[in-house]
Amino acid sequence: MITKSSLAGFLLLAAAAAFFGAAASGTAPTPRTSAKAATKRQAAQPSSDGERIFQQNCSRCHNAPETFPQSISGTIVRHMRMRANLSQREEQELLKYLNP
Amino acid sequence: MQAHAPARGHRAIRVLLTLCLVLFSSSLPGAAQNTPLLSGGVGFFSSTFGGATTYYPIIEPLAALPLGQHFFVESRATLLETYSPSGNSTQGYQHSHFIGLTYLQGAAIANSHLTVIGGSFLLPFGTYNERLSPVWIGNFQDGPLIASLGVFGSGSGLGGQLRGSAISRARYSLDYVAYFSARSNNTQFNADRSSGGRVDLYLPEQRLEIGASYVRLLQGTHENFSGMHVWWEPKDANFRLRSEFARGQHAIGYWSEADYRLGGDSFWGRFEPLFRLQQTFRLNQNGGDSVPLVNTQRADFGLDYNLPHNVRILTSYARQFSSTENANVWETGIVYRFLFPAWKGKGL
Repeated sequence: MITKSSLAGFLLLAAAAAFFGAAASGTAPTPRTSAKAATKRQAAQPSSDGERIFQQNCSRCHNAPETFPQSISGTIVRHMRMRANLSQREEQELLKYLNP
Repeated sequence: MQAHAPARGHRAIRVLLTLCLVLFSSSLPGAAQNTPLLSGGVGFFSSTFGGATTYYPIIEPLAALPLGQHFFVESRATLLETYSPSGNSTQGYQHSHFIGLTYLQGAAIANSHLTVIGGSFLLPFGTYNERLSPVWIGNFQDGPLIASLGVFGSGSGLGGQLRGSAISRARYSLDYVAYFSARSNNTQFNADRSSGGRVDLYLPEQRLEIGASYVRLLQGTHENFSGMHVWWEPKDANFRLRSEFARGQHAIGYWSEADYRLGGDSFWGRFEPLFRLQQTFRLNQNGGDSVPLVNTQRADFGLDYNLPHNVRILTSYARQFSSTENANVWETGIVYRFLFPAWKGKGL
């Protein structure tokens, strides 16, 4: 049985969805992002080693963040190298892919 | 002696924070792409189990700091507030809070095949604890019923870890993790004395990962934990299948989770239907794990929605069957994943 509080929770989330959905329709692309394209291409054929590494290692566990500044791309890749046991070559390819 | 434990814990945190600050400062002239980052998730969840609703706002910040080409410091913490019904025929809610470090580790990349990790780290048993436990990653807001098997109470170890890719070829790769953890009663770095590891075989063409884990508890009554996992993500599809089996000396269980993101940035493409099946078997009542005390089956049906700006809505319904109680579990939550530089670096 759904309680009143659960129903209130669902309604709250629906309102949030409507709010963010409306906000998204007016969002302009930000020039300092580097993962936006990667997110969109997740299911497509990889065109480079870096993209293949991204698809096979990063999105295996989590959805990619929509955007992030290039100034932290090296830190993100280093984190991925440690967490996903990437080799040095894979780290460099992934960095090239995120900073074309 | 017990009364001094929190004071020692706070002193340890102060020392570690000072160390982090020194390391942070030393990385200032680093490359433009290596700016330290702050990431994590902020969420608000509700869970209704058998008619009783619990609310829990949570913040999980993560800090990552590269030091030169070979060193990396990373830490994650949890700030959790829980509001649950008072119970015992009493009206209203009671609340409790928890603040603690999940891990604080330093890593040294020795070569292409070996990374040495020291400090407090996530125990590498199975896949859930290391990969899916962050609040901004998990598809369901609660972990599997067997999540505590092989990772003990805290989920963290205090000691050293060796990990890397033993073999990396175009058609397959073999990864490994091995660790040793000392016993620690420190408030922030609670850990059991244990040792173990995990081996993963990944086939890129098939997008198939098969792995095995083993842990031995080396304090009190020595116990063995073993596990297997299979992850499959078919090529050119937004479908993911993850499953894991774990066996301890007091309980056995498995979970299998499937998710499908409809794809694209359209309104409908952002939906992500989920399904998870879980089953646990209690071998005896002696264990200190949090696996249900009686044999339990559970089916979770979820529907997540990936909003723009790294916001995600998680909803699910589960039916749990056991000899003591059958219950409905309704869960709703919203999570915002943040990710930004610790300061404005050269690359901005």
